[in-house]
Amino acid sequence: MINSRPLITLFLLLLAPASLLTAMAVGSIDYSFEQLLRGLFTAEDSARHDILWQLRWPRAASAFAAGGLLATAGVLMQVLLRNPLADPYILGTSGGAAAFALFALLAGLGGIWIPGSAFVGALLSTLLVFSLAHGRGSWTSNRLLLTGVVVAFGWGALISFLLVIAPQTRLRGMLYWLMGDLSHSQQSWTALLALGVIFLLCLPLLRRLDILQRGELQAAALGVNIRQSQWLIYTLAALCTAIAVSLAGTVGFVGLIVPHLLRLIIGTSQHRWILPGAVLLGGSLLVLADTLARAIVAPTQLPVGVMTAAIGVPLFLLMLYRGQQR
Amino acid sequence: MNTLAARELDVRIGNVHICSRFDWQMQAGEIWGMLGMNGAGKTTLLHTLAGLREPNAGRVLLNDQPLTTLSRRRIAQQLGVLFQSQYEEFPGTVIESTLAGRHPHLHAWQFETEADRQLALQALASVGLAELAQRNVLTLSGGEQQRLAIASLLVQSPQLWLLDEPHNHLDPHQQIRLLDRLVQHVQVHDNSLCMSLHDVNLANRYCSHLLLLYGNAEVIAGPRDEVLNEANLSRLYGHPMCCLQAGKRSAWLPA
Repeated sequence: MINSRPLITLFLLLLAPASLLTAMAVGSIDYSFEQLLRGLFTAEDSARHDILWQLRWPRAASAFAAGGLLATAGVLMQVLLRNPLADPYILGTSGGAAAFALFALLAGLGGIWIPGSAFVGALLSTLLVFSLAHGRGSWTSNRLLLTGVVVAFGWGALISFLLVIAPQTRLRGMLYWLMGDLSHSQQSWTALLALGVIFLLCLPLLRRLDILQRGELQAAALGVNIRQSQWLIYTLAALCTAIAVSLAGTVGFVGLIVPHLLRLIIGTSQHRWILPGAVLLGGSLLVLADTLARAIVAPTQLPVGVMTAAIGVPLFLLMLYRGQQR
Repeated sequence: MNTLAARELDVRIGNVHICSRFDWQMQAGEIWGMLGMNGAGKTTLLHTLAGLREPNAGRVLLNDQPLTTLSRRRIAQQLGVLFQSQYEEFPGTVIESTLAGRHPHLHAWQFETEADRQLALQALASVGLAELAQRNVLTLSGGEQQRLAIASLLVQSPQLWLLDEPHNHLDPHQQIRLLDRLVQHVQVHDNSLCMSLHDVNLANRYCSHLLLLYGNAEVIAGPRDEVLNEANLSRLYGHPMCCLQAGKRSAWLPA
């Protein structure tokens, strides 16, 4: 079991570039591996070069960043709430982002306004939940969880209301955004940079996360400053989610299943293995899902959320079933 | 050094007044047993002494310094706590869980060394879990979890030990084996230990000092032989208690 960990990590390290290359090879024009490499690194065919770098790379890179961020947020949230069912959206983050983004779409705004409003909405909702849960009393995981679920329910009602009053012409775009949509991603390098920075910020926390998932009292007795750690983890997770949502809309599922999938495969919850694995697997999974979403009924593009569920549900159930038998 | 002390400590929980203006000190080499009825506040007082809960008034001093002025990390390097129930939510191996005890001794950017691993393996062997080192913690029985928690505490190697019912979930022979092991460790290293117990006879067997909690702000603390008598115990449990002598050994029973 122990020796399989470096192997699995190596596999994930290879999966990441493979998924990105696949995403760039597939589209309205399919490229062979050689065409792909030539197109990427030489400008001999300038149309191909542009298609790859201007169209396909930003989308693939954004998908990778969003997937990696969502998986990271999932890992952090599951530790923070000490609940295996926690996901990046559990505290109403996606609801806030969606409501704000839909407002912008409804108002006929476009471009940077959509991800911008989603980002603001995500952070506002997170702040709202945190301050409500904090209240005057103590800040327990259950209270945070309940506050988040109730606030998310409120956002859900607002979203339904916005969808009902939306004119037909805007409705399709709004629905796509709700199920995850990467077709507007342009900020690929910023997105990857954000993923890198957040990963680096998590590195000194790896052992502390292991201790924190044993429970607050236990962690405090082992020398962890609980209040400070919770703030730190909460802020990091909220940032991850807000960036991911503004890149890709509300892609479900990645943040919930990737951490579990890794724990099942690797057989540990040690974050020195789980966190890098989550970044790689989450990123790759979303890139592949988005590629399938583009290709499967081309030229119609499916929402990426449909594909993450189509891949994730059977994969996760299979792993869970096998894990039980072991 | 290695003293834990309470100064004018006042602790309440719900309607229970556990102690009031309580002055107490635990010196190196002493083994304290904490006795009291269910709900008298044993766990709450232990948590307060560990700095995991604010007292209503007064202070807890670790080597003459108030706990509130020390970082959790500094405290954890010197003081270890065993909780009554520790359950794991996430999978992992027994050896990884044991290594958690090294956390206060490592910096944020360090991982456990081979020496730490050896320490953990020794600790697992001494609680009889050596062959389970690679097992998933989610598959352990209650007694095995309790022994794992004690192994993790041995790896933390504090000078002051606060244990909440360390004999929980253990079979009689394991209770004796583990308490023997713990008490021996504490005496060899000139540490000190305070444990809550609900078995007077274990307290009688292992403790040099006793702390009786009456749940009405009254606390009796002192050397075992001064504190352990029929009057004190009968009042503590609200039931007459008597002592049977069998050679050098004595056993306390409800009359």
